[in-house]
Amino acid sequence: MQGNEAIAWGALAAGCMFYAGYPITPSTEIAEMLSRELPKIGGKFIQMEDEIASLAACIGASVGGLKAMTATSGPGFSLMQEHIGYAAMTEVPCVVVDVQRLGPSTGQATSPSQGDVMQARWGTHGDHPIIALSPTSVRQSFDLTVTAFNFSERYRTPVILLLDEVVAHMREKADLPEPDSVERVERVATSVPPEWYKPYGDSRSDVPPMANFGAGYRYHITGMFHDPAGYPTQRLDEIDPWVERVHRKIERNIHDIVMVEEDGTGSARTVVVAYGGTVRSARHAVKLARQRRCKVGLVTLLTIWPFAEDVIARIARTAKRIIVPEMNLGQLALEVERIAGRHKVVRVNRANGHMVTPQMILDAIEGK
Amino acid sequence: MSREEHSAYSYLRQTKKFPNVWCSGCGIGIVMGALIRAVDRLELEKNEVAVVSGIGCAGRMSVYLDFNTMHTTHGRALAFATGLKIAQPKLKVIVVMGDGDALAIGGNHFIHAARRNIDLTAIVVNNEIYGMTGGQYSPTTPLNSRATTAPYGNIEQPLPTCDLAIAAGASYVARSTVYHSVELDRYIEQAIRKNGFSLVEAVSYCHTTFGRINKLGSAVDMMRQLKDNSVSRSAAEKLAPEERASKIVRGVLCDLDKPEYTALYQQVIERAKTAPDSQRRVGGGRQ
Repeated sequence: MQGNEAIAWGALAAGCMFYAGYPITPSTEIAEMLSRELPKIGGKFIQMEDEIASLAACIGASVGGLKAMTATSGPGFSLMQEHIGYAAMTEVPCVVVDVQRLGPSTGQATSPSQGDVMQARWGTHGDHPIIALSPTSVRQSFDLTVTAFNFSERYRTPVILLLDEVVAHMREKADLPEPDSVERVERVATSVPPEWYKPYGDSRSDVPPMANFGAGYRYHITGMFHDPAGYPTQRLDEIDPWVERVHRKIERNIHDIVMVEEDGTGSARTVVVAYGGTVRSARHAVKLARQRRCKVGLVTLLTIWPFAEDVIARIARTAKRIIVPEMNLGQLALEVERIAGRHKVVRVNRANGHMVTPQMILDAIEGK
Repeated sequence: MSREEHSAYSYLRQTKKFPNVWCSGCGIGIVMGALIRAVDRLELEKNEVAVVSGIGCAGRMSVYLDFNTMHTTHGRALAFATGLKIAQPKLKVIVVMGDGDALAIGGNHFIHAARRNIDLTAIVVNNEIYGMTGGQYSPTTPLNSRATTAPYGNIEQPLPTCDLAIAAGASYVARSTVYHSVELDRYIEQAIRKNGFSLVEAVSYCHTTFGRINKLGSAVDMMRQLKDNSVSRSAAEKLAPEERASKIVRGVLCDLDKPEYTALYQQVIERAKTAPDSQRRVGGGRQ
């Protein structure tokens, strides 16, 4: 099975009932599969006129009560930034898959890249929280798709699934769980009568219950700053609490959201921090280094955003060097440097459409 | 009749602080009134109606209406509405946009929503200018008119909104003006009732920007110009082509019955469910 196929199965297992997208390599298999599978279970698929419309349709469908997803690659991801901001502002759950390809611009459609890491964080204008996950294997593509939907519904936020072409088009054996055994999170519905409902009101979890359109709760949704009732506002005593709450709803759940895998990091003087397809090279490099009796650890970041600050800070206390291989010219390395200090970080970069090789990482481990 | 009993008031949000954002004398309020009267005449439940709007003066309409309302992004209202309609086919989804919103930044979505013939009611309030940003020329600004970004006169041809919708495949297309509000009520009512993509072009004016720059007088003067410059479709047919070209032609310009998108998608679901491999489950995927 291929990474893209695992994403489609993961979406179905998570309860996705709506997909809108626009064809783009190397993500198209996701759309093709869901156009076939969704109607079998009464779900809806639509091919929109562009990526801007695709994410708009997903948000519209999500407001109508369906779990919704779109998938794209760099050029389309650039177009989607407008509505990632809208989804963050209106707190409408949706999942955006970005299968990164070499850029900028049209770049190279079938060449892998990790060049959209910072775009996933800051691509849309204005301050907003975001969640981005990055799988390293086909099975993990399935699992993290389910997690992406669950985070999206639990926290009422857009979630970005950041793949690279390596994982998306890689074929490997993957035993998927039975769909019924997969944990599904549903959005918190409101229990108050319609006249009391505040779509953006205070709640203990900082995630207000969400009423779907058509359920008898008439309210207003807007991309403008809004008060608890959803109406536009310019009042500082309504804007400030909104800004604080939407950031707090992610920050206070950071231990749920930030997922990392650690291998031998406890006493290692050298630690490799990697994510996505680059983890495959990093694992091999670490294995070769250990065979040469070099004490080296590996941190795999499954959650890219919010950044795993605590984990990196802990590792930086004992490790002398942190090696960050990326298929870009150093994007997440900036975050590692921010936490660990520039003097400790060794970047291993490649932005030409080829993978970072195990040898490149091994050379860095050995200080060559 | 008390204020509360009057149908228009009962459809306005009591919790939203009025006055509205529109300049006094603006025609958009008349379109809002027409929308309310159409919904009232159709006896639709408020919960069954969704109003999705874009960005601009006309886009602000949704916030005042006591329906399911969504104020979206500039130009994209029809794309949001498409997703909402597919998710909730029972909702009557009305999409309110301005001319710049629907036809410039949203031109592509406009064409494709009409092409799909999805059951949405699009209302384009055409005031021939970008009002909210202060009077820049729009896709419907007449040739040679002035705008803040066309200080020497507009050299771009105006877009024929209704012709575009008809060519793209809309089921119902009608045009009227904010002067002819009774007619506007009726067209919006027919458009909502139509099962398919429908468009009502509500020709309005902007006395604050367009009127001032082009020395067209007050709101009342511009309202009078709508009256004097418009003709019914039947009257227009009797005019010479060059004379007709300078008139606003009012009327139902297209009214067809053809397959609607969400109904067709329901057929796709039936086909998929009876397809030979329809029972395949997630765990049984190609390994």
